[in-house]
Amino acid sequence: MTRRQLVVLGVVLIVACALPFFVSSYRSFQLTLALVYAIALLGLNMLTGYNGQISLGHGAFYAIGAYCAAILMDKFGVPYWATLPVAAAVCLGVGFLFGLPALRLEGVYLAVATLALGVSLPPLLKYQHLEQWTGGVQGIVIVKPDAPFGLPLNPDQWLYYFTLAVTVLMFLLAWNILRGRMGRAMIAIRDHHVATEAMGVNTAMVKSLTFGVSAMYTGIAGALGAIAVQFVAPDSFGPFLSIIFLVGVVIGGLASISGAIYGALFIQFVPNISDEISKAAPWAIFGVFLIGFVYLMPMGIAGAVRMAVARLTRKAQNP
Amino acid sequence: MHGFAEVFLHQVLAGLATGGIYASLALALVMIYQATHLVNFAQGEMAMFTTYFAWSLINAGLPYWPTFLLTIGFAFILGVLVERIVIRPVENAPVLAVVTVFIGLLVIFNSVTGWIFSYTIKTFPSPFPEEPIFGNYVSPHEVGAIGITVVVLLLLYMFFRFTPLGLAMRAAAQNPDSARLVGIRVGWMLALGWGLAAAIGSVAGMMVAPIVFLDPNMMGGVLLYAFAAALIGGIDNPAGAVFGGFLVGVLENLLGAFVIGNELKLALALVLIITVLVIRPSGFFGKVVVSRV
Amino acid sequence: MKLQHATLAALLAAALASPAALAAKYDTGASDKEIKIGNINPYSGPASAYGTIGKTIAAYFKMVNDHGGINGRKIEFISYDDGYSPPKTVEMARKLVEQDQVLFIFQSLGTPPNSAIHKYMNAKKVPQLFVATGATKWNDPKDFPWTMGWQPNYQTEARIYAENILKNTPNAKIGILYQNDDYGKDYLKGFKDGLGAKASSMIVKEVSYETSDPTVDSQVVQLQASGADTFFNITTPKFAAQAIRKAYDTGWKPTQYLNNVSASIGAVLKPAGFEKCVGIISTAYYKDASDPQWKNDPAVKEWEAFMAKYYPEGNLADGSNQYGYAVAQTMVQVLKQAGDNLTRANIMKQAASLHNYRPEMLLPGIRINTSATDFAPIESEQLIKFDGKEWVRFGPIIGH
Repeated sequence: MTRRQLVVLGVVLIVACALPFFVSSYRSFQLTLALVYAIALLGLNMLTGYNGQISLGHGAFYAIGAYCAAILMDKFGVPYWATLPVAAAVCLGVGFLFGLPALRLEGVYLAVATLALGVSLPPLLKYQHLEQWTGGVQGIVIVKPDAPFGLPLNPDQWLYYFTLAVTVLMFLLAWNILRGRMGRAMIAIRDHHVATEAMGVNTAMVKSLTFGVSAMYTGIAGALGAIAVQFVAPDSFGPFLSIIFLVGVVIGGLASISGAIYGALFIQFVPNISDEISKAAPWAIFGVFLIGFVYLMPMGIAGAVRMAVARLTRKAQNP
Repeated sequence: MHGFAEVFLHQVLAGLATGGIYASLALALVMIYQATHLVNFAQGEMAMFTTYFAWSLINAGLPYWPTFLLTIGFAFILGVLVERIVIRPVENAPVLAVVTVFIGLLVIFNSVTGWIFSYTIKTFPSPFPEEPIFGNYVSPHEVGAIGITVVVLLLLYMFFRFTPLGLAMRAAAQNPDSARLVGIRVGWMLALGWGLAAAIGSVAGMMVAPIVFLDPNMMGGVLLYAFAAALIGGIDNPAGAVFGGFLVGVLENLLGAFVIGNELKLALALVLIITVLVIRPSGFFGKVVVSRV
Repeated sequence: MKLQHATLAALLAAALASPAALAAKYDTGASDKEIKIGNINPYSGPASAYGTIGKTIAAYFKMVNDHGGINGRKIEFISYDDGYSPPKTVEMARKLVEQDQVLFIFQSLGTPPNSAIHKYMNAKKVPQLFVATGATKWNDPKDFPWTMGWQPNYQTEARIYAENILKNTPNAKIGILYQNDDYGKDYLKGFKDGLGAKASSMIVKEVSYETSDPTVDSQVVQLQASGADTFFNITTPKFAAQAIRKAYDTGWKPTQYLNNVSASIGAVLKPAGFEKCVGIISTAYYKDASDPQWKNDPAVKEWEAFMAKYYPEGNLADGSNQYGYAVAQTMVQVLKQAGDNLTRANIMKQAASLHNYRPEMLLPGIRINTSATDFAPIESEQLIKFDGKEWVRFGPIIGH
């Protein structure tokens, strides 16, 4: 990372830390959700942007993570922070296991297989024989934690900082993975699958691991999301959630870490903006936003930012 | 009490009837895939929207068959316009960006239809007689709808196999650059493909609406089944898609009635389909693609 | 001189004693000029069919404002879409309470959405009034004093059917079709509770469906195959019409009980086909405007005039639009009773002080009663049977 990038990152972090003191609790809550989506989108981006495997079912991993947190907190009294590693482990496992057979599928086939995953999970959550764990259609109510050590923060603020810390950690981890051998293998598989195979990379293992890691990220996001919203129910995790995640990744920018943040802000705030613009057909407005963003920024917001920065740098170098 | 065989038959026939619904939309998906090598997520919503157009005409007093033909025409033009105006500008964008545009279209069509026509269900007439002639198992309309689907299938098959235009369209989708070199207007082939897919979708909608009642969310649930049907039959094979549709319909019914109950039948059906695809990635009747290094 | 002082003193005393001089009491969201009411409805997503309720309520409040408002105050009605997704409901509830600073939230729709904000609303001590769901849990003034339902709850209705079956056809074999969500399961529970010990022997088959299923034909076939002669149909309008039609077409002619959510003549029975609906039993608590027997009823005509003027694009065959009208009327009654004391506590108090109140849309004999221990406004319904043309009421008004 160049020095300039480090400076920008530092500024962003300082602003992020200061925000809760300048905005209402409600906004802190919304920003917490945006951070949660950023983690989820980063996970999906690793799979789709960097590794070229499309997934229309990541909402399922988000749901699994959320239910892990809810069940542990509600039925076993596990503290909120301890649910994250469990959600991570469970989703890593499930994602990896799903990734194994999914290897053989590509493009539209993989899309439908993952869509099937996303569609099948809510009925499973409602299944009567699992009701005593999942709460069935009524869902599970959980309580937001108070700030520890008697810190002068309200629960919303505390959760924001907690989520921010987890987000920074996950982003650092992703940056590390993508920079290293695993990341290079992922990208190579995306661009030249057969050549990569021919070069001796165990593409099957890389692809399945990528699926697993991607699911792990989304699962952690799901757990945080459940704690923020304080409620889980099958209705919260329908197939549309998976579609929204994919849209967020594309709008934010494929194969870009910063894209996850742009995408998260988009999917958190643009539906609300659309609702304000038109009560009659709010999702039509959202659809127009989608199409408009793709027209103006086909490489995502991150792509557009990169081009703008490059142009400014060139201008600075050739005045 | 009914004998098991009779109940089984009843469920199979009911499954064929619902399968006919999936098959008809699957044909539209195959059409768009053949023409563009993309799967249009908004196909179901466009079909639903054009069915509302038909409903408006019938509500205004127009008789059934003129409405049917006018709607097919309207759908065709709508498809061409959508391709030229909405899809063309992003032709060269990454695939997922185009998919995002499809999703944008999906929510737009759904939301606008709900706004214009409200969400209360509406009846849509059937051109087939009312009195049950096949016993109590399937209605004449359901049989008629399957018949229409087969006719559309045959027309599609003949179009792609025996007409120069069909050949040109397949060429444009498979290898646009080479197609241009032989003088095929690739842009217009894509638009034509979209138009035809929308027209097929409108037929699907008009056949489905009398069974499930017309409402803006009519095609939402059908889309996934239609996808699964198209894939399992082979995404590039119209006959395969129809076969896939029937298979999915019957499978789902039998699983729900006899195997695992209604709550998990969808999940199990999808697991089975994915298993088939993992073993035979091109579906039952699709062409196996071999990629060379 | 003394007389003048006395007169002045008298006038001053009179002025101070008049209502306008009594200090009006407000919580956030209320003022001399306006009352801010919040609402969350599914304008998009799987339950978007119910979004029309929010639109009817908005239209009703506009009408009230056109006629001068309530006690001189205009209603500002702020309604947000949650797409029936509980996380969105939480976000919108917080927006209404913390950002828009509404006085209370009215008619939020759906059991999972309302469950998601149940604790929050009570913790913040903001009324969650007349929620649009028939679940039983909203009548719990002890633990949740800020939440109140409105419509007769589903379990009560299902028990009415169960009692009717036990009384008239005690040897019935019952098949049940239900929507696999909170609403369907709530009806199921009430029905089984109503049958008591005989539930397991009388119910020969229960099948569920999802709202994403294209049809319920397979489920109806399963029920027919079970040999049931009585059919409890727990479905929302689209699937109700499908189920009624399929049951008839397959030659299965059970005694059918239909949940009143789908008892609309215009929205369900007509699409299914009137001849296929003869003999269906349901319950009602308000007059179905598409039922010919209410054609000249003054309440129905008043509603139709309201729809024509304030919500012309609304569907007259959709019972949701009548429901929205009646519940909005109830809300206005509560606000009128509150007078100038527009604190949240008083709003709840007035909501819990409705005595024999009758929005005229309700069936004759049904009235709204609430108290500090009774947070269920409408608890009575009447059994109705379809004769091919209209819903014929029979039996007494059940409930209190």
